[in-house]
Amino acid sequence: MANPKQHANWSPYDNNGGTCVAIAGTDYCVIAADTRMSTGYNILTRDYSKICKLADKCVLASSGFQADVKALQKVLSARHLIYQHQHNKQMSCPGMGQLLSNTLYYKRFFPYYAFNVLGGLDAEGKGCVFTYDAVGSYERVGYSTQGSGSSLIMPVLDNQLKSPSPLLLPAKDAVTPLSEAEAVDLVKDVFASAAERDIYTGDRVEIVIVNAAGIRREYVELRKD
Amino acid sequence: MTSVQGLVASPDADSQRTLYPYVTGTSVVGVKYKDGILLAADTGASYGSTLRYKSVERIKAIGKHSLLGASGEISDFQEILRYLDELIIYDDMWDDGNSLGPKEVHNYLNRVMYNRRNKFNPLWNSLVLGGVKNGEKYLGTVNMIGVHYEDNHVATGFGNHLARPILRDEWKEDMSFEDAVKLLEKCMLVLLYRDRSAINKMQIAKITDEGTTFYPAYSLKTFWGFSSFANPTKGAEGSW
Repeated sequence: MANPKQHANWSPYDNNGGTCVAIAGTDYCVIAADTRMSTGYNILTRDYSKICKLADKCVLASSGFQADVKALQKVLSARHLIYQHQHNKQMSCPGMGQLLSNTLYYKRFFPYYAFNVLGGLDAEGKGCVFTYDAVGSYERVGYSTQGSGSSLIMPVLDNQLKSPSPLLLPAKDAVTPLSEAEAVDLVKDVFASAAERDIYTGDRVEIVIVNAAGIRREYVELRKD
Repeated sequence: MTSVQGLVASPDADSQRTLYPYVTGTSVVGVKYKDGILLAADTGASYGSTLRYKSVERIKAIGKHSLLGASGEISDFQEILRYLDELIIYDDMWDDGNSLGPKEVHNYLNRVMYNRRNKFNPLWNSLVLGGVKNGEKYLGTVNMIGVHYEDNHVATGFGNHLARPILRDEWKEDMSFEDAVKLLEKCMLVLLYRDRSAINKMQIAKITDEGTTFYPAYSLKTFWGFSSFANPTKGAEGSW
């Protein structure tokens, strides 16, 4: 044996926690994430934004390994800058959705440990949400949640928003029937609930609302323990 | 051609990577205060559990506007200092009156640390970067896998467990220099009591818009007579 110590248990990954939610309506999209960053039982900081504006009508919320998330955001921002120079316009949200999937799959065998929800408005101005796994499988849905508190939040969203079966023919729109204000209130409630039981969710929730008027931000305080 | 085995690396020799550290420094604590940033660290460096070196400076000035504090592998820290020296010198050679601020240096360190983890060849450190440029205070940290953030107060290693709860309770915006030093000394004292690799010789460094100040290393006044130090299990439930 060359060196018995060769394989120490160093890991290139960490889980910094956090929860992301996105809800699409007929003419709006709500994207939200908490601002806590943790490692193990430590809280590293209570004020770290997991939300990244990629285009005028396209917002990404990501949790998982912070260093990978930041690298992913940098790649997408750089690719979008090139896109703007080549096409003299903003990338559409479905376009960014495909780009994110390809970017994740490109690192299929050394993945970005990032759990993403992409939200915004599509070319018709309708709300859209794309939900991903770490290696790029994705789907357009009406609402979604990812990250450490997703298992607490998803059933509540299913109960409140229930999407039509994707098997229906002709296909039905997945957008939720809620008004913008109702969707924002629902997001505040699900985060307050997740913060009760998930130690990796808390401190504050950042809510980004995308509609025809532009982008608006709201913050609500969560449990800090 | 012959070569003495072990002296000359053969092309198929296993590559050398830091998969575990040798000589390590313990916590660094940093805070923002009224005029800038204060960093504190002890001057110890351990070889495993042996206290190998007792006066290693683990806080250094980087360029005109930044301070860097390091815990973890000391040799990797020294390599990082060489990278930063080159960075600052190459930037200086433009001679355009511009200089790299703490934000730029932190960003550079973030990319270097993350890049090395991507190559499975990490720099085994947790770094604290503080600085002031054009009246703007900056305090951030990055670790060996590239996780980074900014905050009003930061700490590495044991400092995250023992110092940050104190800082969260007692840190205030625009503290005076005297109050900030007292707060750091309180953190360092708790670390000294409970972190076995901490030593009672610490250094504080300051950075403001006027520049950096390094204070000579000194000792904290300790009191080991607490009854819970003498008999820690007294009053504890259980049969021991």
